[in-house]
Amino acid sequence: MAEMKGSMTSTEVLNNYTIEEISTDVLIVGGGMVGCGAAFEIKKWAPKDMKITMVEKASIERSGAVAMGLSAINTYLGDNTPEDYVKHVANDLMGIVREDLIYDTGRHVDSTVRLFEKFGLPIFKEDEDDSRTIAEGARPLRAGRWQIMIHGESYKVLVAEAARKALGEENIKERVFITELLMDEKHENRVAGAIGFSLREAKIYIIKAKAVIMACGGTVNVFRPRSQAEGMGRTWYAIWNAGSTYAMGYQAGAEMTTMENRFVPNRFKDGYGPVGAWFTLFKSRVLNAHGEDYMQKWGHMLQDYAPYGLAKVPATCLWNHVMLKDWMEGNGPFYMNTSGAIKTLFETLPEKRKKSLEADAWEDFLDMTVAQAGLWASMDIDPAETNSEVMPTEPYFLGSHSGACGMWVSGPEDLAPKEYQWGYNRMTTVNGLFTGGDGVGASGHKFSSGSYVEGRIAAKSAVRFILDDSGFTPTVHTDNKTLAEKVYGPMITFEKFKDYSTESNVNPNYIKPRLYLFRLNKLMDEYVAGTSTFYRTSEASLLRGLDLLNRLKEDAPKLAAANLHELMRAWENYHRSIVGELHLRHVLFREETRYPGFYYRTDHPKLDEQNWKVFVNSKLNKTTGQPELFKKPYIEIVPKN
Amino acid sequence: MPSFVITEKCDGCKGRDKTACQYICPNDLMVLNKDIMKAYNQEPDQCWECYSCVKICPQSAIEVRAYQDFAPLGASVIPMRGSDSIMWTVKFRNGKIKRFKFPIRTTPEGGIDPYQGIAEVNQGSLKDERLCDELGVELVVPKH
Repeated sequence: MAEMKGSMTSTEVLNNYTIEEISTDVLIVGGGMVGCGAAFEIKKWAPKDMKITMVEKASIERSGAVAMGLSAINTYLGDNTPEDYVKHVANDLMGIVREDLIYDTGRHVDSTVRLFEKFGLPIFKEDEDDSRTIAEGARPLRAGRWQIMIHGESYKVLVAEAARKALGEENIKERVFITELLMDEKHENRVAGAIGFSLREAKIYIIKAKAVIMACGGTVNVFRPRSQAEGMGRTWYAIWNAGSTYAMGYQAGAEMTTMENRFVPNRFKDGYGPVGAWFTLFKSRVLNAHGEDYMQKWGHMLQDYAPYGLAKVPATCLWNHVMLKDWMEGNGPFYMNTSGAIKTLFETLPEKRKKSLEADAWEDFLDMTVAQAGLWASMDIDPAETNSEVMPTEPYFLGSHSGACGMWVSGPEDLAPKEYQWGYNRMTTVNGLFTGGDGVGASGHKFSSGSYVEGRIAAKSAVRFILDDSGFTPTVHTDNKTLAEKVYGPMITFEKFKDYSTESNVNPNYIKPRLYLFRLNKLMDEYVAGTSTFYRTSEASLLRGLDLLNRLKEDAPKLAAANLHELMRAWENYHRSIVGELHLRHVLFREETRYPGFYYRTDHPKLDEQNWKVFVNSKLNKTTGQPELFKKPYIEIVPKN
Repeated sequence: MPSFVITEKCDGCKGRDKTACQYICPNDLMVLNKDIMKAYNQEPDQCWECYSCVKICPQSAIEVRAYQDFAPLGASVIPMRGSDSIMWTVKFRNGKIKRFKFPIRTTPEGGIDPYQGIAEVNQGSLKDERLCDELGVELVVPKH
């Protein structure tokens, strides 16, 4: 297991590596939905001689959260207004959101969905015989107020093909992992590029850029997952989302926001297949072990969380909150009432739709969570006969789904209040550093389509930023060898000590990435409100967790990697530990329980609108190496009624 | 449910310019053992079961076996991905089989013209908030 046969070993790499310096204008880090949106948009604004470079740790056809595919586009406004959208998102995220950013995404998102259809994405239509596109007047089939159904197995393949054509093959570097951003040596608080390594060759990349669009998704596997062996791979969000967006942004000095937020999706147990279509399209409900609807039974608990609990659709965390109450009362397990829903649908659906119902239900899994279809097959489940168990998962960090982690960015000039606006839409507080999707905090529910929109917005802004400061040339640290040895640090450590013991995974001189991850997972789970405490923590528990986390981070320089694959894991897991620390610090700072059902501060169990209807932001103090936390005011833009 | 490579079917993509599964895996799991010219999943417990390797393998040599820490043995889900549609065969533990076919794209592979319908020379202004396909669109702002 120690030295795998395929990936280049540390010996091969350290003896032969070269350093490639690239000078570009705009560097796009990450080729997911945001990166591909940026690639598409940027070529229409950039002057001919402006150089654009994209770097991706995988292959863009199958990278990012949409790699497997999707069965729905969850943000399409249609007949809704951006105001409606803001109200919906604000309520779902318990009131504290950047309404300027949400509004902005909302007003652009439908044109982006039409673009996807033009690329070749098959979209279900209300009338299945309607062969027109949405642009030609067809109405998409709604799965819910905001969702439309797609045949989305190749969603990412299509979006990647468009990005590849836009940028040109020679400007896309795949299988390159970026470890950190490089700051300008002459200008304070200005990004000047990034450094990383190839996963296929003995090569370091030092990329100088005038602007960087950082878009590496959210964070998975900071907390101990419910499954302990092979099933660990079956995370709800894409397992390759390693928190690099947040970690690298934070380390560059970007102000972070709402990192205390997390998403704990309530999903089909173990397979983590989507439940959205079952709720909104098939009108199913989740029942407890006795066949009772927990929402009806404990619905009065929602009054404690007015106004967010009293909306027609209460905030997502509150659904978990009520279910967990029923669980604590001993009424679990819980089951999606698929059999009841199908029975009712068969009584009401037109003949034509009945036929497609079974295929629609299976496609929902096969498009985006094949494992869930596999689990149903393994368990001999026919959803018309047998209900399937659902359970809240381990926590995740993201900014594009029902979550709000991310960086604090400038809003659009024409609608952001001056407190939220510093010149370039979607620019972080670091000059020249832009982001989108999971990278933009306090503005969830953009999903795939909204993330692509944000990539487009960031791209246009980045071009404007560069042209406004045309005299700028990036200056980065000139000692390439020092930079390279930092990137390859875990390999150097491995080479130095590997022969000390007969089994290289057990060696007192270093820690392997896998064990570093498990140590992080354990402490986050036990002290920072993971599944084993049913999402509960307190100040005392958090401080204990922080002590353990600090000791873990002290051991980070002893991470060791035997090959390039393991080197990526070392950096990914280090990024995860930074995200874990940010989350812990934010949870500690916010002395209330804002997201019951996602986590509880047992020492501050109530929602406190008086003192805490504010953003919690943080920033790295580069002198002390510690984060500084502070409040930022929430400004309402769309009045709620 | 980790992917696995069937020894007999894998030819290491010998005649090709790249090892397909190694090229596509989003989590850098699939790797070619050059000594025997066979690919394998080097970190099965980090496999999301996204099926990217299964779909791309030119030899149909890759399948997925259910995560054994929660799934009973005996079922399989196997795709055949074509240029415009995908066919799924779901085999249940009890032997029952279901087949599904779904469209995956309406344009030919490699046939996307990203800027079709968008003016060759962008007449828009960098200083406003319109995106490249929104020329002339009146962007709404919140009503107060």
